[in-house]
Amino acid sequence: MRFTKGIMAAAATLALTVGAAQAQDMMKLKIGTEGAYPPFNNLEADGSLVGFDIDIAKALCAEMKADCEFVTQDWDGIIPALLAGKFDAIIASMSITEERKEKVDFTNKYYNTPPAIAVPKDSDITDATDEGLAGKALGAQSSTTHSNYAEEKFPSADLKLYPTPDEYKLDIASGRIDAVIDDVIVLSEWLKSDDGDCCKLLATLPTDPVINGEGAGIAIRKGEDDLREKLNAAIAAIRANGTYKEINDKYFDVDVYGD
Amino acid sequence: MSAATHRLIPAQPAPPAPAKTWTASRVAGTLLLLFWIVAGIGLVYYLYAAWDIDKVERYAPKYRDGLIVTLTLVGLSIVIGAIVSVPVAIGRMSNNPVLSRIAFAYVYIFRGTPLIAQLFLIYYGLGSFRPQLEAVGLWGFFRDAWNCALFAFTLNTAAYQAEILRGAIDSVPRGQWEGAAALGLNRVQTLWKIIMPQALIVALRPYGNEIILMLKGSAIVALVTVFDLMGETRRAFSRTYDFQMYIWAAVFYFVMVETLRNVWNWLETGLTRHLKR
Amino acid sequence: MDNYLTLLSFGDQGWSDEIAWGVLITVSLALATLPIGLFIGFMIALGKQSEDWALRISAEIYTTIFRGLPELLTLFIVYYGLQIGLQLLLKFMGFDGTVEINSFMAGAMSLALVFSSYASEVFLSAFRAIPKGQYEGGYALGLRRGTVMRMVVLPQLIRIALPGLGNLWMILLKDTALVSAIGLTDILRQTGVAARVSKEAFLFFGIAFLLYLTLALISSIALSRIEAHGKRGEQSR
Repeated sequence: MRFTKGIMAAAATLALTVGAAQAQDMMKLKIGTEGAYPPFNNLEADGSLVGFDIDIAKALCAEMKADCEFVTQDWDGIIPALLAGKFDAIIASMSITEERKEKVDFTNKYYNTPPAIAVPKDSDITDATDEGLAGKALGAQSSTTHSNYAEEKFPSADLKLYPTPDEYKLDIASGRIDAVIDDVIVLSEWLKSDDGDCCKLLATLPTDPVINGEGAGIAIRKGEDDLREKLNAAIAAIRANGTYKEINDKYFDVDVYGD
Repeated sequence: MSAATHRLIPAQPAPPAPAKTWTASRVAGTLLLLFWIVAGIGLVYYLYAAWDIDKVERYAPKYRDGLIVTLTLVGLSIVIGAIVSVPVAIGRMSNNPVLSRIAFAYVYIFRGTPLIAQLFLIYYGLGSFRPQLEAVGLWGFFRDAWNCALFAFTLNTAAYQAEILRGAIDSVPRGQWEGAAALGLNRVQTLWKIIMPQALIVALRPYGNEIILMLKGSAIVALVTVFDLMGETRRAFSRTYDFQMYIWAAVFYFVMVETLRNVWNWLETGLTRHLKR
Repeated sequence: MDNYLTLLSFGDQGWSDEIAWGVLITVSLALATLPIGLFIGFMIALGKQSEDWALRISAEIYTTIFRGLPELLTLFIVYYGLQIGLQLLLKFMGFDGTVEINSFMAGAMSLALVFSSYASEVFLSAFRAIPKGQYEGGYALGLRRGTVMRMVVLPQLIRIALPGLGNLWMILLKDTALVSAIGLTDILRQTGVAARVSKEAFLFFGIAFLLYLTLALISSIALSRIEAHGKRGEQSR
């Protein structure tokens, strides 16, 4: 008798919680981000997330009237984590490419900036071409379009892959690598800071639409068209009502939306 | 004899074997074996279904290169580590307090800390000492990640091999030393002709274990930009997000380890044949 | 020197509070893995000496697999693969929710899988060291098999297996450093983050070194105390 009563009580509680969850009309959205890619997304010393991506995400959530929660995830595992359901969307400067579209769906872009190469100030590398970088150690973050770009465009360079930009910054400062390739904004912001004192920008590279894609978008699991429509509508809305420009100008001197 | 044979009854058939009942262990065993068989078939089926000739063409050569890097790294570090372990073992067994304390500290530090921490310390830590290293002319060596990995692995395996060597030499009975002394052999002759052949037989199994552990431990160099088998696997996964990349890596590592283990077992049985009673 | 002291202070500017958190995670991960690994290892050892052929083979397959794979690879496969595998399984059975396996659980599970494989070998050799007469004496007294195992065999088994298990514990402490590769904030990861952000790599990885050595020292003292306690009944030679 006690056993059956216990089962019934448990079932009732379960029903209530499920009912309660459905009664809420605020959409809950878990957003995955990296937290190691300043100025787009970065973890402060006290554990809070800051950056362009974070502000855009918060603006989109306000626009969609959704209750958003951020989850940090290492870049290498961010798409598997999305597919495994750890979060519902990736807002982490992820470029929209055909290769990634095989695994996930993307919204429209929310910014588009070209890649660039930075070298130490005393470097003897003069041009950002395959010949100019032949035999040199070129650092990039693994699983990014920039590492793919380096593999395709600079095959004679000695490519080194790092889990986060912080590690290649350490290695170029110590002279282990001769050049790094990453987004032009990321590199410029770094070069402006104290850490970037060692180095200078070599060149901004032409975007390759196949490798770099259409720009950075929001990645969601395949088949979630409803979420995609909502996010696209929100992106268009913040572009139209000036919120986007406000966030853009807070971080950058140029318009990062691109054409 | 003849009296007995008259009264012997003809040979009877053997009693029936007791019926094999379904005990708990038999049920558990059958279920588990079934689980493994299903898992094995599932694995083969998954690899068959996920087989993509483009990916194979693209990544198989990279896997092969990674495999060569792994084997070279592990092989070199074991051999150099064996050479380095000899003075350390001598230090451990010596009566000189300074030498023995230094050797003990070395062995304790390198066996008490994770290999990955040692690798990071040498790779990143020495990187921040670039000016000093350049002054001594060693930066050229430590600049390359592969060299740093070799250095870290060699130091680590030397510590473990020193302990194996010491334990093996200790296991040889004191009587062997005394007999050699009675025959008037000096220390080197004793070690070379009497002690080491016996000690190495005892050390064979732990050496085999150490090689296998090094092979498995080498996977961590993928985290410091060395493209060994694990590094190529991670690179392939980061391009394709296809889980079978890891499964193939697992298959390769498993085959390597099992081959090594079985070869070592065969070697051991062959070399200890004379010890079997 | 001042700079170093600031970096090592507790609080917002310094990294000591993050590193202390890392020590907590490392120790709790090892302590969480230990009972699971010991229990599974014990069961596998029982399986390996069972009379049933299927059970023996299944146990052998288990240990061969998990001793044959690199720990880092096992960790990645459990972390990335298990979640996807479990979700496929649940979808297959009709349940449509999400299963969350966080890094801590993935780390504890893969470490337990590896630990139990090695522990089963230690238990097996300890089982072999117990004379059959102990079991027979227990049965002669009319005790059931479970009681014989619990009251007669297990106390002796633990004493014999203790050095081997102590070794495995030390290896476990070191293997916990691998979970830094799946984002778990253990000692190595926290010191790594501190090293990256502050550019003082040698300082922070050196601290990681010292922390692991301290843990190893504490463990070996504790283990020798436990062994001495276990041996207190033995006659001194």
